[in-house]
Amino acid sequence: MATYQLNVNGKNREVTVDPSTPLLWVLREELKMTGTKYGCGISACGACTVHVAGVATRSCVVPVSLIGGPIVTIEGVGQDPVGRVVQNAWVEKDVVQCGYCQSGQIMSAVALLKATPKPSQTNIEESMGGNLCRCATYVRIREAIESASQQLK
Amino acid sequence: MRTALKAENDLHLNRRSFLRVSAAATGGLLVSLYLDFSASAQEGNQPPAKAYPPDAFVHIRPDSKIVIQVNRLEFGQGVQTSLPMILADELDADWSQVIAELAPAADVYKDPVFGIQMVGGSGSIAHSFQQYRELGAKTRSVLLAAAADRWHVTPSQCRTEASVVFGPGGKSARYAELAKDAARKPVPEKVTLKNPSEFRLIGKQVRRLDSLSKCDGSQRFGLDLDLHGMRVAVVAHPPVFGGRVKSVDDKDARSLAGVREVFEIPLVNGSGVAVVADRFWTAKQARDRLKIDWDLSGVEHADSSQLWARYKELARTTGNVAIARGDGKAMERVPAAKRIVAEYEFPYLAHTPMEPLNTTIRFAGDVAEAWAPSQFQTLDQMAIAQVLGLKPEQVTFHTEYAGGGFGRRAVIDSHVQREAAVIARRLRGTPVKLIWTREDDVRGGYYRPMHAHRVEIGIGPDGMPAAWRHVIVGQSLVAGTPFAAMLIKNGVDQTVVEGTADTSYSIPNFHVSAHHPTVNVPVLWWRSVGNTHTAFVMETLVDELATRARVDPITYRRKLLKADAKKLRRALDLMDEKSAAWRAKLPRGHALGVASHECFGTAVACAVEVSIENKRPRIHRATVALDCGIAVNPLTIESQFQAGIGFGLTQLMAKGAITLKDGRVEQRNFDGYAPPYIMDAPVNIDVHIVPSTEAPTGCGEPPVPVISPAVVNALAKLTGKRYRALPLVSL
Repeated sequence: MATYQLNVNGKNREVTVDPSTPLLWVLREELKMTGTKYGCGISACGACTVHVAGVATRSCVVPVSLIGGPIVTIEGVGQDPVGRVVQNAWVEKDVVQCGYCQSGQIMSAVALLKATPKPSQTNIEESMGGNLCRCATYVRIREAIESASQQLK
Repeated sequence: MRTALKAENDLHLNRRSFLRVSAAATGGLLVSLYLDFSASAQEGNQPPAKAYPPDAFVHIRPDSKIVIQVNRLEFGQGVQTSLPMILADELDADWSQVIAELAPAADVYKDPVFGIQMVGGSGSIAHSFQQYRELGAKTRSVLLAAAADRWHVTPSQCRTEASVVFGPGGKSARYAELAKDAARKPVPEKVTLKNPSEFRLIGKQVRRLDSLSKCDGSQRFGLDLDLHGMRVAVVAHPPVFGGRVKSVDDKDARSLAGVREVFEIPLVNGSGVAVVADRFWTAKQARDRLKIDWDLSGVEHADSSQLWARYKELARTTGNVAIARGDGKAMERVPAAKRIVAEYEFPYLAHTPMEPLNTTIRFAGDVAEAWAPSQFQTLDQMAIAQVLGLKPEQVTFHTEYAGGGFGRRAVIDSHVQREAAVIARRLRGTPVKLIWTREDDVRGGYYRPMHAHRVEIGIGPDGMPAAWRHVIVGQSLVAGTPFAAMLIKNGVDQTVVEGTADTSYSIPNFHVSAHHPTVNVPVLWWRSVGNTHTAFVMETLVDELATRARVDPITYRRKLLKADAKKLRRALDLMDEKSAAWRAKLPRGHALGVASHECFGTAVACAVEVSIENKRPRIHRATVALDCGIAVNPLTIESQFQAGIGFGLTQLMAKGAITLKDGRVEQRNFDGYAPPYIMDAPVNIDVHIVPSTEAPTGCGEPPVPVISPAVVNALAKLTGKRYRALPLVSL
């Protein structure tokens, strides 16, 4: 067991856990922030995507001991102007179905639009290509990203 | 599953059911549906009021919020919005004040047709449309009666809109103000429903009620449940289905801080070892440290390559007959050059819903409480009760939001809930959440079964099929279960032959038979059930016939359709019209693929534009047209079809198969079994709904079957090959 200081959505948090514990389970079980989802545990589905120091990160494979920057999760991304626009676009386009993967989809989309405000189809497929949606809401995800992109002009 | 419970249906409709209204303890009006199982009960003899919420459908609260109970699991299909829309429309409720809740397990929430509380067979809207309309209309009538009394007028002098009753002389009263008086009014036996032209919500594009909560992380799913003092459990399952624990060395596992219990548990099939810890990560690490010696003797070690050999052999022989129409010797009169013989292979498929399987239970000795994302509340509640030695009604069963399901949470043997209950029994008093890891899910069975098809078609002088002999080999989904009596006819599991035996095509001499081998791999319905493979076979062969006849694939299908296939004809016509412009100017290297199919009462026609990129199909566009009767929420329907065809692509993925070697599943996770990602799905999908006033039919399963055949029909044009073995490993 070891103690770690984390900055999550702008707040300082302290956790005492096994150093191998992935960030995902620290968020979900220690900090009770369950918006970040467990889907595969091997960074193959993207449901656990959060931002660490601004970079989209699969929290299911990153041990808490290796976290070296502020963390933003789905619960906090709406405080960010780009995050807010993306969340609104998701609601506007009625993207979600079961909704389980959408936290990760939104976190990936926000990271994409922050780096590339006018993404091409290729940019979208590359950035979103690791986020599995088993309902396959992909057409509406594309529409929502394009809609958010236009609003970010 | 649609035909599954017709017998239950008759039984269910014979029970008398009636509504009653009462004042809620928290204020406001409750509308409850009571089911009366006693034949001797008298009509006017209402049972005592029950406590909210188990049997209430509508609660008009003093703050004007209207809480509507949804008698189904919400797992993406959108009933959490569309069922309340139906009720709110007849109630003339203010939609902005409607709150939807998922109902717990209780008799009143059973599917009015299937007779158990469940989601499946695309029955949610089809079966509860009338029910929710009547609930809304009857609730409105007591409110109207209360207002009329208050104003000393007749109800016919009043009207309703947006949760307000308006009377003569400018009088008005909000529903919430009338609730107390309305609670004393008798509920009418019969009520006049709206004319469709009066609908305010039904037929309108209404956004989902659960959208925002699913975009800001606040929506709680079953896996997110957190109870005071809760433990987390994982189970080590045998590497071969039905294997048993011979011995276990748990010393290393127990040495981890936070591990509470390690013990052997019986499984539905064999035995396993449960690890209970304070946290998931601890439980999983402890499980990894277990040294288990398994007894794998006495159970079949299923092996895909051996199964294929056995299945193909079986497919060459006639099975139990599903349908035999016309002249059995018609094939002999067709010259060999005019015959097609086609053999198909379909592998096992996992459902892999995004939210891993889970159930939480707290066992308190004489009662228990369970939380589960369940498609089969009635059966899961019964299973938990049985394990715990309780009656079903002693198990309070909460329906949790589910991250997908696609059939995986509709398991007849309730194996996940039984595991959870066995563990909860040991942890008496402490709530425990059982989590199946993704590896448990991918390797844990309950797959869409493997199938082999062998089809021989004799083509007539007009280019149309004159004779068709079809053999299907695949495990029964229901053999040995309570569903068998209803679903197995003449030794044929109807869920295996649906989509072929009941084809919408007019084939004069038609013979379909089936073999159901017994294999030691648990199998389960996978979204659209038998149609996943039967529609693929039918639609690729019809396409091949059209090509041979040099007839356009849409025209050929129209010609081959039965006269009574009206819905499918309308869907084809609409798809034809809406895709005509892009079909006329396909870029070089792009090809058109077409497929159509009717299942669960809904007809679907699909056209796709496909090219080949990086040796994989690239789907640029899909145009989908459908006839589902009245379209309750066209926005949800559009979404279901856009995404449902994406789900249907699962079986075309290069890694879209579960295979077994010496009894062991060869895939572990999304690295080895990879469903469609964004680049695999169509870039654009336009959905068109045939206008209709017919009763609504389902939209969950029908989108799935058409896409795979449509895509390979396009590929056949690009490569000249016919694709009959799935998954599509190489083109």
